[in-house]
Amino acid sequence: MEEINWGPLALTLQLAGVTTAILFVVSLPLAWWLSQSRSGWKPVVEALVSMPLVLPPTVLGFYFLLAFSPGSFFGGWLNEQFGLKLVFSFEGLVAASVVYSLPFMVHPIYSGLSGLPPSLSEAAYVMGKTKLTTFFRVLLPNMRASVLTGLVLSFAHTVGEFGVVLMIGGNIPDKTRVASIAIYEEVEALNYAEANVYSLVLFVISFAILLLVYLINGGYLKKHWR
Amino acid sequence: MISLNIQKRLHAAGGQMQLQAALEVRQGELVTLYGASGSGKTSILRMLAGLMKPDGGYIRVGDQWWYAADPPVWKSPQQRKVGFVFQDYALFPHMSVQQNLAFALEKGQDRAIVAELLDIMELEALRHKRPGALSGGQKQRVALARALAARPRILLLDEPLSALDYAMRQKLQDYILHVHRKFALTTILVSHDPGEVIKLSDRIYELSEGQMMSVATPEAFFEPGRIRADFTLVGPIETIAREGGRYVLRVRVGDNSIKLTADQPEIAHWTPGDRVELVSAAGGASLRRLGEP
Repeated sequence: MEEINWGPLALTLQLAGVTTAILFVVSLPLAWWLSQSRSGWKPVVEALVSMPLVLPPTVLGFYFLLAFSPGSFFGGWLNEQFGLKLVFSFEGLVAASVVYSLPFMVHPIYSGLSGLPPSLSEAAYVMGKTKLTTFFRVLLPNMRASVLTGLVLSFAHTVGEFGVVLMIGGNIPDKTRVASIAIYEEVEALNYAEANVYSLVLFVISFAILLLVYLINGGYLKKHWR
Repeated sequence: MISLNIQKRLHAAGGQMQLQAALEVRQGELVTLYGASGSGKTSILRMLAGLMKPDGGYIRVGDQWWYAADPPVWKSPQQRKVGFVFQDYALFPHMSVQQNLAFALEKGQDRAIVAELLDIMELEALRHKRPGALSGGQKQRVALARALAARPRILLLDEPLSALDYAMRQKLQDYILHVHRKFALTTILVSHDPGEVIKLSDRIYELSEGQMMSVATPEAFFEPGRIRADFTLVGPIETIAREGGRYVLRVRVGDNSIKLTADQPEIAHWTPGDRVELVSAAGGASLRRLGEP
């Protein structure tokens, strides 16, 4: 058996890690706004956030490809202003993955926030605490399970990407050739052994991640780990 | 001195309700807002704290405007800094008792007040416990202590004792009176418990369906002529029999079967199994079907 190239797996984990970190920062204010807002725009924003759940990844990937290509207005502007090329690059994969996995971070945090009694934040406001202080010192610590669910699901969902990555990233070794693409590639080339190694690793990682979520949400860890 | 005159359209369970309230509370007074649930008591408290915005009118505290419709003035809850005890206590579950109190302090405030309040409320032994490990009465004491930590001049209590049993209520009423005097607070209490109202308040504002009905001292408020229930028994009718022109009922209350005679004609339409309320008032006993006015 040939030497296994671990590059695609490393790239997958790196992509998932960076995407999850960015999603966390983006989703906190977004979920907070959703939980507070009575604006007429709220249903529109909610629908947009949930779109990646129902759209074929190829549709997202296709529009990203159009938007990010240097010939387009947005892609050209990014390239001119920041020297950023989002097509067939790791940065492009991150940008697309953030959108693609957005509901998996926003939904758990949003439902965590909605599940807290309003009197918790009101009590803090009455004490003179700002909304920001209240969010980080009162609300966030009381929805740790929701935050963890969001982190873990976003990571797992990004690991499982295929369509979006294929459309916008292509198959460039060590740049955009993530594990899911590599598996497809190896099977096309009849390299079943290598495809099996990648697949098995993804299988085990995904299972471990989901098991962790259900252990935590089932209160198993709380009961048996302290 | 709190001077308040506000209007607010509320979306109550039974549809829309127009709340119209005016009250004057002198410094150092303990005033009760008394009335059935859904009468708008809590909303008045929330508007005083800045947690709800009135539609019109004004709120003035001392020489400061907290809210005015015209010209528009609005102070946020953060600027008002009242002490507020929520009906569900709203203790922070991830903090210990002591941390809950310390969180309420203002920047740079002397931390000695935390120890003092733990002492007054007899919470010393519980200081490192989380709210989840406390009983209802203990949580209530923590909530009261926390509301006082930043040394507010105004204390607002939203049915703070409604979830507690009788003995615990008595004890906590004493705590409330004690801190009200000790910290020279102006206190507004929301309650629908007549015993509590009599014991605690200097004056009572009665509310019904969003309207201020009356203002009175506790002595005048519960004087004969008004409803004065000495005791109330509730239970299902076991049997109804007609004897001559009168009706003889048996009502089961707890383990006892109480025999009553009545000559009200409407009792002919009642059936065994109906739940009734037997009220002994100053003028004698009366019986009515539960849920009827």
